[in-house]
Amino acid sequence: MIWNELTRGLRSHPVKPSLSGIARRRSLWERIHLDPWLLGMLLVLMLAGLVVLYSASGQHFSVVTAQAIRFGVALVVMVGLAQLSTTTLLRWTPLVYVAGLGMLVAVELIGDMGMGAQRWLVIPGVIRFQPSELMKLAMPMMVAAWLSRQVLPPRWRDLVVCAVIIGLPVALIARQPDLGTSLLVATAGVLVVVLAGLSWRFILFCAALAAAALPLLWINLHDYQRQRVLTFLDPESDPLGAGWNIIQSTTAIGSGGFWGKGWLQGTQSQLEFLPERHTDFIVAVLGEEFGLVGMLAFLLLYLLIVGRGLWLAGAAQETFGRLVAGSIILTFFIYVFVNVGMVSGILPVVGVPLPLVSYGGTSSVTLMAGFGILMAVNAHRRLLPR
Amino acid sequence: MRRRRDTLKNPEQELHAFRMRSLLAVLVVLTLTGLLGGRLFYLQVVQHEVYSTRSEKNRVRVEPLPPTRGLIYDRNGELLAENRPTYNLTLVRERVDDLDTTLALLVDLLELPEKEAEAFRVRSRQRQRPFQPALLMSDLDEAQIARLAVNRHRLPGVEVEAQLLRYYPDAETMVHALGYVGRINAEELAGLDSGDYAGTHFIGKSGVERFYEDELHGQAGLRKVETNARGRVLRELGHTDPVPGRDLTLTLDSELQRLAVELLNGRRGSIVAIAPTTGEILALASVPGFDSNQFVTGIDVASYRALQENLDLPLYNRAIRGHYPPGSTIKPFMAITGLKEGAITPGEVIYDPGYFQLPNDSRRYRNWLRWGHGRVDLERALAVSNNTYFYSLAHELGIDHIHENLTAFGFGQRVAHDVYGQSDALMPSRDWKRGRFNQPWYPGETLSVGIGQGYLQVTPLQLATATAVLANRGQWVKPRLAHRIGEREVPVALPDTPPDIELGNEAWWDSVYSGMEKVVSGREGTARRIGRDLEYRMAGKSGTAQVFSLGQNEKYNADELKERLRDHALFMAFAPVEAPEIAVAVIVENAGGGSTHAAHLAKAMTDAWLLDDEAPDSDEVREALEREDDRVAEG
Repeated sequence: MIWNELTRGLRSHPVKPSLSGIARRRSLWERIHLDPWLLGMLLVLMLAGLVVLYSASGQHFSVVTAQAIRFGVALVVMVGLAQLSTTTLLRWTPLVYVAGLGMLVAVELIGDMGMGAQRWLVIPGVIRFQPSELMKLAMPMMVAAWLSRQVLPPRWRDLVVCAVIIGLPVALIARQPDLGTSLLVATAGVLVVVLAGLSWRFILFCAALAAAALPLLWINLHDYQRQRVLTFLDPESDPLGAGWNIIQSTTAIGSGGFWGKGWLQGTQSQLEFLPERHTDFIVAVLGEEFGLVGMLAFLLLYLLIVGRGLWLAGAAQETFGRLVAGSIILTFFIYVFVNVGMVSGILPVVGVPLPLVSYGGTSSVTLMAGFGILMAVNAHRRLLPR
Repeated sequence: MRRRRDTLKNPEQELHAFRMRSLLAVLVVLTLTGLLGGRLFYLQVVQHEVYSTRSEKNRVRVEPLPPTRGLIYDRNGELLAENRPTYNLTLVRERVDDLDTTLALLVDLLELPEKEAEAFRVRSRQRQRPFQPALLMSDLDEAQIARLAVNRHRLPGVEVEAQLLRYYPDAETMVHALGYVGRINAEELAGLDSGDYAGTHFIGKSGVERFYEDELHGQAGLRKVETNARGRVLRELGHTDPVPGRDLTLTLDSELQRLAVELLNGRRGSIVAIAPTTGEILALASVPGFDSNQFVTGIDVASYRALQENLDLPLYNRAIRGHYPPGSTIKPFMAITGLKEGAITPGEVIYDPGYFQLPNDSRRYRNWLRWGHGRVDLERALAVSNNTYFYSLAHELGIDHIHENLTAFGFGQRVAHDVYGQSDALMPSRDWKRGRFNQPWYPGETLSVGIGQGYLQVTPLQLATATAVLANRGQWVKPRLAHRIGEREVPVALPDTPPDIELGNEAWWDSVYSGMEKVVSGREGTARRIGRDLEYRMAGKSGTAQVFSLGQNEKYNADELKERLRDHALFMAFAPVEAPEIAVAVIVENAGGGSTHAAHLAKAMTDAWLLDDEAPDSDEVREALEREDDRVAEG
């Protein structure tokens, strides 16, 4: 069944009647369900990311090759998902969501410890991955699936259901403990509800409630999490421990200046005192070597991608697809904001990679899977009267 | 109206709501991006001077702390490889203003000859990771250190670094067993974990040092230091200690190893001794050796060339890489093969007229005694080293059976557990010959292999190993050099141990032993001279390997040949026969005087190992040898 869908675009060349009643052949891009603008910008971002990664990895070509291979896999996943119809996505969503929940529980029970947190699910010799990555997509889709069947804007009853759909995985991820990811997953779900037309008053009310709940959250934080927040507030208090990253990354970015020190010329970066400089802190390398110009160029590229994504979401005809697409693209932006904000010292340190630039396989695949779904939503427009 | 709104979906309104919220989202996105842009502008333009200064003037650097390399001891705790503190000259190219000026100044200050100055320049240009110090010169002397200290301000990027340097107290004797470390070259650098080797300049190049590199090296630590603009350390901010490499205790007995080298007395050759029941390599000597300490500090071109061009090949590890025809020392293994395959029984007697002939072939394959030994059974065949008996046996067995059974003794294979660079030498077979020469195997070639000549080649290590297996009644224990790595003992049973050799009748082992005992103790034994004052039961077998072959009716005359064309002398032995504690293989190149030369050395080795109280004197052996050399002995 899936196979049929995957290949349908390539098999059939239907001549569809357009609104004007004139027969029109679909373009190649439409037939393979890809949006050339979005794809083009993503490829530019990936290539630019590899260039930065080469420098950030201490000029190890093997790292770049490994990342390129992951990008290849991610692109294949994206193209594959883009072939699915919204109907299929809708049908599979509850199943994937429940499976994801099950895996999160499995992690809780038998997961592999890594860096003091239990995040990985390992089937020896086969695969090792983080179920929370799956949830980044499955959960907002589940919320959208529920809401698309209700009358919108959402009513109280719907909000309670949504809260449960969002709350279960978020609680499980937060227990691992992975506060950063749990907040991001929660945000993806909440975004769906907001986009579905949550009333302004309610949004304001929740914001106020969240502010009030902060002290409670503080009490429940792990030591290292509290340390991160404290360090964020005053990095100089612990220059060799937790503040190290922030001092070094802001120094790296600041010393880059307007034009930057040039590719491979970043003394701070090449001196290897930025831990995780090729993963979460890669922006520091970017800022040092390419300066403000380079940073703004990257931000502009991200903005264009987000803009195109929102445009595609807005053009979707079904509520489900629209909500999913909107949530995916906004979450993408949040990654960018949180990562750049963290490295440049305006947000506390949370483990969020810079999308498609930081070294890492799982996050690239998840992101590109999201774009695949976005393109699927865009491609499967039925000709409805507006 | 309200009820209607509740029950029916209104796509129009939903789209509108989505677009309103999207608009909000766009505004938020733009605001947040503006915030990021503002922050970056603040950092990179407004505060650029501050951060630039911080980055340039007072920077914090992470320096690797190289681990201390593990020490190497012999079985009795004698130190074979240690670490000596020395001072090195290093240079970080990125911190040097003008490389040529700096190098010229250094050459001047260190008073280096022009030749070394050139090597200096080459080293400073070697590919390095950015900001990593490159090693220019090891082992500075006091005066040099002082002159550098005085001129420190003129030499940014140049550091004098205290470092532990490998030192081998008895290098010439031990080098072929131990191996040595040397400077990491570009090729090795590419394959290394850059973090763990960040502060390490040396790596195991051969032998045990190479095989156990990972264990010996340890893990690098690091320290965070604050430095000034020139990269000079101002103060330390914190550090992680390195984990030192593991110490290695070898199975080697340095007394025995030294004796082996002394016994060879400068003659090219090799002695390998193994404890049969445990596989412990007690001695692994190859003469001549060389001073491996030269390689640690960096050997100069002239000395290296001298070593390379030396006709005696000191760099060549004969014990593990030397290929020698085993000659008659192969006969005990042929005997076992014959017994196992049912080609002979111990009591079976043949008549030796002095030669063997293949059916329908006029060529005579000669016994070394022209007029023949007459009636010969297995034990006598071994004792007098009768060729005819083994020609006949080899012919009956055929090359396939011979190949299979000699391979089971480890010939033609690399069987030692942890000997780096061991050669598999050559155990010929039909397939090998077809692959190598594209020719079929001829029956005459089987006869040659049967007396240890022809294509068959073995290393001294293989001969000693096979002797140990023979002494062990066919039970395999892999030879090994390491006894203990850190706290971990190397187990007797190791993976990939070859299968044991089993005979139909256990007593057949004793028949072969008995024949070998008669070699040294029998009235007719080829090495009976060493059996005269034997204090224990010893089994052995002599052999000579022709360096070049003689025509059919030529008579061999050592005097007429140049020294380097004389035959190699071989001897393999184990003792005591009833419960073997040592198996030894001796090869003396171009010994001339016949296999007795090697037999004397083998006996000196077993004496030293078995008779604790009487420390063997290599001078006595030498005198005995000189007397021996005047006589003419058999082959």
